[in-house]
Amino acid sequence: MLKINDLKSSIEDKEILKGINLEIKPGEVHAIMGPNGSGKSTLASVLAGREDYEVEGGEVDFDGEDLLEMAPEVRAQKGLFLAFQYPVEIPGVSNTNFLRTAVNEVRKARGEEPYNAANFMKEMKEKMQIVSIDKSLMGRSLNEGFSGGEKKRNEIFHMAMLDPKLAILDETDSGLDIDALRIVANGVNTLRDGNRSFVVVTHYQRLLDYIVPDFVHVLYKGKIVKSGTKELALELEEKGYDWIIQEVEGQN
Amino acid sequence: MSIVIENAALKNNALSYIEDTIEKVPALVQLRTEAAETFASSDFPSIQHEEWKYTNIKKLVSNTYSFSNDVNVTASDIQEYLIEGTDVMVFVNGVYNASLSSFTSTEKVIVAPLSEAIEKHQDLVLAHLGKYADNSLPFVGVNTASVVEGGFVYAKRNALSETPLMFLNVVSGDNIVVQPRVLAILEEGAQASIIERNAVINGDSVLINSVAEVNVAERANLSHLKLQDEVENTSLVTLSEAQQADNSVYHNITITTGGHIVRNNLNIALGEHCEGLMTGLYLVKGKTLVDNHTMVDHKMPNSYSNELYKGILSEKSKGVFNGKIFVREDAQKTNAFQSNKNILLSQDAVVDTKPQLEIWADDVSCSHGCTVGALDEEPMFYLRARGIPEDKARGLLIYAFAGDVIEKISNDNVRALVEKIVATEMGYDLI
Repeated sequence: MLKINDLKSSIEDKEILKGINLEIKPGEVHAIMGPNGSGKSTLASVLAGREDYEVEGGEVDFDGEDLLEMAPEVRAQKGLFLAFQYPVEIPGVSNTNFLRTAVNEVRKARGEEPYNAANFMKEMKEKMQIVSIDKSLMGRSLNEGFSGGEKKRNEIFHMAMLDPKLAILDETDSGLDIDALRIVANGVNTLRDGNRSFVVVTHYQRLLDYIVPDFVHVLYKGKIVKSGTKELALELEEKGYDWIIQEVEGQN
Repeated sequence: MSIVIENAALKNNALSYIEDTIEKVPALVQLRTEAAETFASSDFPSIQHEEWKYTNIKKLVSNTYSFSNDVNVTASDIQEYLIEGTDVMVFVNGVYNASLSSFTSTEKVIVAPLSEAIEKHQDLVLAHLGKYADNSLPFVGVNTASVVEGGFVYAKRNALSETPLMFLNVVSGDNIVVQPRVLAILEEGAQASIIERNAVINGDSVLINSVAEVNVAERANLSHLKLQDEVENTSLVTLSEAQQADNSVYHNITITTGGHIVRNNLNIALGEHCEGLMTGLYLVKGKTLVDNHTMVDHKMPNSYSNELYKGILSEKSKGVFNGKIFVREDAQKTNAFQSNKNILLSQDAVVDTKPQLEIWADDVSCSHGCTVGALDEEPMFYLRARGIPEDKARGLLIYAFAGDVIEKISNDNVRALVEKIVATEMGYDLI
């Protein structure tokens, strides 16, 4: 589904990603872990098409197409979803109106009929249950005045509505208490249907207790320095990142 | 360089028009003559004049205009300018047109063209007309010196006029100048809503110089919308002059989405425990210049004024905002707020914004702020990353930016119309 080959990226002339290689097959859940500043969020941003980042080299193939050539909206329309680490507050744009515009743009691009008001409401009601999101948040301005937990739930709710092939969750666990974390994880697990793939970017292992990954990768200084299965995450939880850093620095 | 433009063609043409028509309405001869004398001794301001620093009207006042022009305008010509659920008084090139008009005048709320009002309510009209606007200013002076027609509304004590009333100035022909006049008098506890709008049909290089005087008595409430969805080569100079007695509310909303040069002057004088609200939106492109000069004068204690002006400028358009707040020595416990926010959508768009607060009282709460910037990138990326194309995302964000201005329009039909005008300008289809 997604094949990243030697991806290099920089921001303001500072090289952040120094050659990422990663392949994600349909239905797989990959966790990307690593210490702060290792490039985790940069990877998520580059895949979603944030323009601040310059791609210096490498390729990304998304279902047979060159992902890096696509505008951010085209990536979304083709089935890539980024759950933001910091969802943006947009006063004056209601959550519902925004979502209906987004969903219908995506449906249009996929050759599907846009939802009429009734169908959209029905779909929305159904998907709201996945993350137990409160109805009152729908009429409000997008993320404005939402609590941290509400924002993250709203992200997962958007994901459910947009029905992506590949979802990247960028530190979705940050700032969440355990109950909110559980709700968000349950939402993700409900959407794990064997075809949809996930990239879970996180600093801590605790989210992975709830969203159990198939693979775990450690990103350090812009490269994947270690890959393994879910046991690697537990090891990181226990021993921290220092042993990996030492291992990597020792090799150099 | 002089602070005035000497020998402007507009001045000379206006003076001969005034002379030719001075006898037209006997009751107005004295008022007009006095204003004409003042106007004759003044000149239009140049950009050396502090109040006109950013707005160059030299070409505008050097053009040769016709002051009258008989044309035939039909109901279908103005159909698109009518608003559902709103009464309308129509003037065609300054002449009242009864057959195109549709409004109700009652015992309690008298609505009439000024020419009729001056016959039936002469003392009342003369007690107010030209008494608030400063006739020593050339654009005001020439309007007063030329006045023979206009819109008149008189709401008596505790009268509630539920239907908004629109004064629609239809202009047809090239190089025409029209000078609309509005007089709104609200007695104690009365409530009314007026709209000023222009419809330039088949006209090029049109100048509209309007003056609206409103007197809002104690506990009265007037909503005043200036809807300026002008065509490209129409220029406007407008004045809204409001006098508020104690406990009254006046809300001026000025929406500008087009025109060549648009200069709006808004002055509000407040009594005690008043609310003076000034709301504006300018959404312009091309080479439009829109200049809003506002002034609220807190003369008495315990009043509240709130001003919110927002601008969205693209292409080579230019915005000017000058907001004056005066708080006189007696005006303790004044609350005065002002905010001017601008989004520039192109490299060539410009805004000059200037808050001007003069406070002589010592126990007041005043604040002001202005911002000028591009559209934030982060919300753009967020919307695009959810599948919304760039153009539509931009439209959505601009529409949202304008939203808190539009939502201040309380009448549903009028608000829906403004929403539609803004959305059309944005190229954003409402869902």
